[in-house]
Amino acid sequence: MSSILEVRDVSVNFGGIVALDGVSFDVPRGGILGLIGPNGAGKTTLFNCLSRLYVPSSGDILFDGKTILSTPAHRMAQIGVGRTFQNLALFHRLTVLDNVKVGAHCSSGTDFLSNALRMPWVRRDEARLEQKAWALLEYLDLTDVAHLPAAGLPFGTQKRVELARALAAEPKLLLLDEPAGGLNHEEVDELGRLFQKIRDDKQLTVLLVEHHMSLVMAISEQVVVLNFGRKIAEGTPAQVRADPEVVHAYLGTKH
Amino acid sequence: MGVQSQSTNSRLRDLAALASGAKLSRLQWSGIVAAVVFGLLLPLLVSDYRTFQFTLVLVYGIAVLGLNILTGFNGQFSLGHSAFYAIGAYTAAIMMDQWEFAYYWTLPAAGVICLVAGFLFGLPALRLEGLYLALATFALSIATPQFLKYDHLEKWTGGVQGVTIIKPDAPFGLQISQDNWLYYFTFVVMLLLFFCAWNLLRGRTGRALKAIRDNPIAARAMGINTALYKSLTFGVSALYTGVAGALGAIAIQFVAPDSFTFFLSVAILVGMVIGGIGSIPGSIFGGIVIVFIPNLAEKISQAAAWAAYGTLLILFMYFMPLGIWGFIRMGYARLTRRRKAT
Repeated sequence: MSSILEVRDVSVNFGGIVALDGVSFDVPRGGILGLIGPNGAGKTTLFNCLSRLYVPSSGDILFDGKTILSTPAHRMAQIGVGRTFQNLALFHRLTVLDNVKVGAHCSSGTDFLSNALRMPWVRRDEARLEQKAWALLEYLDLTDVAHLPAAGLPFGTQKRVELARALAAEPKLLLLDEPAGGLNHEEVDELGRLFQKIRDDKQLTVLLVEHHMSLVMAISEQVVVLNFGRKIAEGTPAQVRADPEVVHAYLGTKH
Repeated sequence: MGVQSQSTNSRLRDLAALASGAKLSRLQWSGIVAAVVFGLLLPLLVSDYRTFQFTLVLVYGIAVLGLNILTGFNGQFSLGHSAFYAIGAYTAAIMMDQWEFAYYWTLPAAGVICLVAGFLFGLPALRLEGLYLALATFALSIATPQFLKYDHLEKWTGGVQGVTIIKPDAPFGLQISQDNWLYYFTFVVMLLLFFCAWNLLRGRTGRALKAIRDNPIAARAMGINTALYKSLTFGVSALYTGVAGALGAIAIQFVAPDSFTFFLSVAILVGMVIGGIGSIPGSIFGGIVIVFIPNLAEKISQAAAWAAYGTLLILFMYFMPLGIWGFIRMGYARLTRRRKAT
């Protein structure tokens, strides 16, 4: 039970194109695992399999020892898999506070009728959500913007809102899809420290998909490298950095 | 320092509660009280015919709220709400005419029937988005009048002739006219339905509806069963419009297939847009628009009433791009800002 997530020989075909070709790796519990690779390597495809938007053509994905391939996408949050999105996917007309409350949607089960009648248990549930959301806003330093619609906020702030929203479901595994995109160097460093702090405070596991090398190398304990849909290397950041195939496929073309 | 930051924090919390519509400010409370008092006094100030017209304002206000829940808060289009309105109206008419039910029993029946009908229509509509959903619902509204004329249903629906129903008297020996009584009855139903809608939209379900509107993929990743929520929203929306249809039938005392054409769907849509999309109080303004704008257009020019109507719509869109309710809110915000500045 040391691995929270096990990717077993996963392949994905789109028509005749092989997007993923027998990829396997384990994500150790409580760690930060970085998944890197050049554009088109299959990172996002794999990510979408993990959040159940794509169905693998073959292979299996186990979360907490159980397959997730029969779990519908909307149940993933409840079993403990939270995520953020590559190009920010906030609910732009809702306030920051409401965005975070939506994040905790799966933690309660009130229905339409009891909401329309505002039954006592709905009131209690709303009070609980309110408290939980404010605690997260304080944790991520967002209280000042709590009542503003998410749409008009600075990019970096929106990223923190997305993080707060993902944490509201109290995930065991947090999937981060290219969180550093669009940020400057300083902001990326800050974000990296924040991820480490969150991992320690909330005792969760982080799977980071990123092509921003410095972020992945700085905070990951384990790194998996994809290229053309195959895993070409796996190990500590130092091991991966020294791997000739990685240098050739990834760093070689970049530097 | 500690005390100060605590008080700013609680102020922020109040602001946030207001911004999300979960709580009402003192101003909003006084606005609601003033509107309710005005609504209660209205029949005493105007003629019976005007009172009847205001009853229709409330009826259409409920129908617009129904569409608003679907379109304004959940992001699903519908050009088919005349069908749900018709189902509600015919439910009331047939229950009263054939089985001699009291008028008030027809409302829950119309609500439940339309809830089921809306939910069932919402299920296949899940596969359709945007303009395609608009087309599918258009098909529904275009087919409805012909279904109502269908020979084998004539025993209940009265075919082309429709059904005439009797206007209810005021109960408990109240000495008020039938029109006034119906107005008050509709008014109470309206308040109840608006209160429930506000509750529905400010809590967990409402946030989920709005989340689906803003970003369906993210909503699903947050654990919202988007398919179920969208179909249920269709059902609730149809319920509101169906109850409005039943109230409308009781007020007009008559239902006929050609009162429920596609044009009624468009009228409800126009009411929603001009009243204020995604706004609960805006829906009542939508009712006012539906009842009084055609009247106004006819006053401007009897020969070219529709041209006047069209011109009025364009003027509304130009001067109130956020609808009447948005216009009122913006105006108020500008006023308070100016007062603060001086």
